[in-house]
Amino acid sequence: MQTSMRTLVITMASLTGLLMVQSGHTGELTRGAMLSASCEGCHGTNGHSPGSIPDISGKSAEFIRISMEEFRSGGRASTVMARHAKGYTDDEILLIAEYFANRK
Amino acid sequence: MSKLTRRNFIRLTGTISAATSVLGWPMVSLAGKASGRVVIIGGGFGGASCAKYLRRLAPGIEVTLVERNTSFITCPFSNAVLGGLYNIDYITQSYDALREVYGVNVIHDNATTINPAAKKVALAGGAALPYDHLVISPGIDFQWGAIEGYDETASETIPHAWKAGLQTLILHRQLEQMQDGGVVIIAPPRNPFRCPPGPYERASMIAHYLKQTKPKSKILIYDAKEKFSKQPLFEQGWQALYPGMIEWIKESDGGAIERVDAKTMTVYPTFGDPQKADVINLIPPQKAGAIAQAAGLSNDDGWCPVNQRTFESTVHKSIHVIGDAAIASPMPKSGFAASSEGKVCATAIAASLSGQEMPEPSYVNTCYSLIGPKYGISVAAVYRMEDEGIVSVKGAGGVSPADATDAFRGDEARYAVGWYKSITSDIWG
Repeated sequence: MQTSMRTLVITMASLTGLLMVQSGHTGELTRGAMLSASCEGCHGTNGHSPGSIPDISGKSAEFIRISMEEFRSGGRASTVMARHAKGYTDDEILLIAEYFANRK
Repeated sequence: MSKLTRRNFIRLTGTISAATSVLGWPMVSLAGKASGRVVIIGGGFGGASCAKYLRRLAPGIEVTLVERNTSFITCPFSNAVLGGLYNIDYITQSYDALREVYGVNVIHDNATTINPAAKKVALAGGAALPYDHLVISPGIDFQWGAIEGYDETASETIPHAWKAGLQTLILHRQLEQMQDGGVVIIAPPRNPFRCPPGPYERASMIAHYLKQTKPKSKILIYDAKEKFSKQPLFEQGWQALYPGMIEWIKESDGGAIERVDAKTMTVYPTFGDPQKADVINLIPPQKAGAIAQAAGLSNDDGWCPVNQRTFESTVHKSIHVIGDAAIASPMPKSGFAASSEGKVCATAIAASLSGQEMPEPSYVNTCYSLIGPKYGISVAAVYRMEDEGIVSVKGAGGVSPADATDAFRGDEARYAVGWYKSITSDIWG
């Protein structure tokens, strides 16, 4: 009885958690989320862009990290991204990359 | 056929870690346990961002947004409405998603008084809202009377159009009714004011409209300043797209206006000859929105000093001021900056109400200006908190390059439209 109740609670918690993640209701009280909130202004909530600005939701952490490093060094051409990327350290870029890699 | 590529593997493990976090091994720090009541006054770029991000960060917090209008007409892209690129519906945002998707309690009413001791906000409709934290994002009000002859009544003839909506439509109609060969005056104020590049984007968009329909017309910018935001880029763009159409008169050349006559449609600069015009767009000096003044949150200059980490007022505890009304310099008074401040403020409040430490704040600004439909320029900055307050990160940010190709300007015009779609969906969507 106790076990099945526990399973039910866990299942419901998991479902609720997953639903909230999928519908974009959740944020995190983390440095990664704080940094990424800046990106969400142009790339959309959770990185979902409705217009011409590239969608970065669910892109791999490696892809985002390499892109940001290349924008920063000038190795990759951009309009505004070089000016943004230069504002972040290696560690901050990693946190941003992980945040969007884990969005849906 | 499904291959377990590296990317899919990362996605899969990402899903697993998200799932394990709700099973009791927290991978991330959700402020899920936070509870409390937050009231936000003003549903513009700052207030609406703060409301949505608070609900995303901490669904246990009750968020009430008090906004007098049932929809919000954005100043960003209102110049493109004047230029004939979009209509007013395009820049009108709804509160439905905040209400229905994010569970924000949106009340359309006027906040009349704030009682910091009792922690209550009184509304014109009679309700009194208790709060644990109050966020005020009131935008700007005008210093009526700072320019002789310019008051609220005069603004029906000489629109400021610096709060979008009816004022935008008045200016638009006047431009449509003007004859070819007419004179349009745009008169921006001294710093600081809402949207530093805005008056010059406006000149560009009005020129775009006039060039097609009334090409003999002129635009005179009577400026109370010696220089302006993105100036070399604007001047380069005007030369390329509207040669001879826009004339900028700086303060030391008699650009500052001290008096205006709405009956004769004449502006009087501090020195030099009066100038008559067919359309006058006077953007008067500004101050923090009325409710911030009434609550005693502003300084002698009319703006609100805050702790720039949390945006808590330095006057009253548990009251935060964000957006144009707050002193967040070096951040500009822009919609994008207001949104960034709203997110930082939401993070500070979620941390406070969940008893957790606030993550180190990070702030950003990105503003596009359309000089023509296929000619865009931008300014960007990344900010962080230092001992002295908010500072721009050295080496980052800045304006579009001076020597950019037509393709680059075209890309920035395309991104300007994408920017508008993204920021408005991030706030109201």
